[in-house]
Amino acid sequence: MIKQSEIARLGVAALLAGAFCGDALAHGFAGKRFFPATLATDDPFVADELSLPTVSRRKTGDEPATTETDTSIDFTKRITQNFGIGLGATYVSQKPDDGDPQHGFDNFAANIKYQFYKSDEHETILSAGVDWDIGNSGAKRIGAASFSTLTPAIFAGKGFGDLPDSLPYLKPFAVTGSVGVGMPTKSSTTTVADDGTETTAKNPNVLNVGFALQYSLLYLQSFVKDVGLSEPFNRLIPLVEVSMQKPLDGSGPTTGTINPGVLWAGRYMQFGLEAIIPMNKATGGKNGVLFQIHFFLDDLFPKSIGKPVFGD
Amino acid sequence: MRFLFRGAALLAALALPAAALAHAFLDRAVPAVGSKVHGQPAEVRLRFSQPLEPAFSTVRVVDAGGGQVDRKDKQLDPGDASVLKVSLPKLAPGVYRVLWRVLSVDTHVTEGDYTFEVAP
Repeated sequence: MIKQSEIARLGVAALLAGAFCGDALAHGFAGKRFFPATLATDDPFVADELSLPTVSRRKTGDEPATTETDTSIDFTKRITQNFGIGLGATYVSQKPDDGDPQHGFDNFAANIKYQFYKSDEHETILSAGVDWDIGNSGAKRIGAASFSTLTPAIFAGKGFGDLPDSLPYLKPFAVTGSVGVGMPTKSSTTTVADDGTETTAKNPNVLNVGFALQYSLLYLQSFVKDVGLSEPFNRLIPLVEVSMQKPLDGSGPTTGTINPGVLWAGRYMQFGLEAIIPMNKATGGKNGVLFQIHFFLDDLFPKSIGKPVFGD
Repeated sequence: MRFLFRGAALLAALALPAAALAHAFLDRAVPAVGSKVHGQPAEVRLRFSQPLEPAFSTVRVVDAGGGQVDRKDKQLDPGDASVLKVSLPKLAPGVYRVLWRVLSVDTHVTEGDYTFEVAP
């Protein structure tokens, strides 16, 4: 005979199963593939997550050479299972080799994203979104733009778990990436120096391309071959991220960075550490470092801020 | 300084129990993922990173042709709700696939599969 408490437990479990038997499993899942949050390129999925902080430090190619430390906070929230919004802020600290240091917030950013396709079988996620860099919301002394930039973009994630069984050790590979065009709301900006000299700078549309090639040891251990890795190594995801920018009016070269590093996914959070390597001479500057602590809000607060505002 | 210690303690509390991802991940399997088994495995035993809801957690073992070969008696280990198991009859040599889909007690679904081989 089934006890009342067991009936109640089964009822709760049925509700839970009903709520969660759908496709959306919160942060980046497609089938058995877990896509981690990447540091330099935006993720292809919609999730309730908080990056606090993301810190990068690098000597830029500016004249005079400047060591810039950026400390960011990024918060993303699902409105529905497949539609989310995000907010971001970055505090910039600039220390030129010759001159006074400058500190202040860069322009605040907001974004929306819609995940329009997911294939569990092929471990694939596709999303589209728009990022809004909010002009005049940051400190001019650190170079925050006086104009806004809208960047519509397509995001994609693909795991290679659907490769033939004859290629088992390639299955843990995955690629995520995005392609977008940054469109300034002003085509040029004029600045006036202390001596009255006017300088006009063009603000071209810029093609932004980023991708991350990752190898999930978690995937290897759980689905391909138990190679005997134990904590913390069985939660590591080595990766290389590439982030590139190209002015579309031909006014400048392609610039960008190559970031080799590693992610570690824990119970409620993830750590990431990457080197920042300029991809060419035009990018300028020296090598730097990028670090992030990332919280899975859907796991930390599954019944409050970690679930979609509408629907489950 | 006290704030820093508290912050570090919070981070450690969140991060260190890595054996228990909030989404239930497969931590260990017997027979092991991708292994070759000499002798007859009596059961498939899957240890997950956190406790499961028994009513909505399943495991099946199929042969190369896709036919289910386990005894269809999946259950959680009575002493450990993070262990899902199903017993096996005598298996002929060959490759078998274990397919699982589990609901963790904090309401997240995860799924996966792996193969093992029974040696001649």
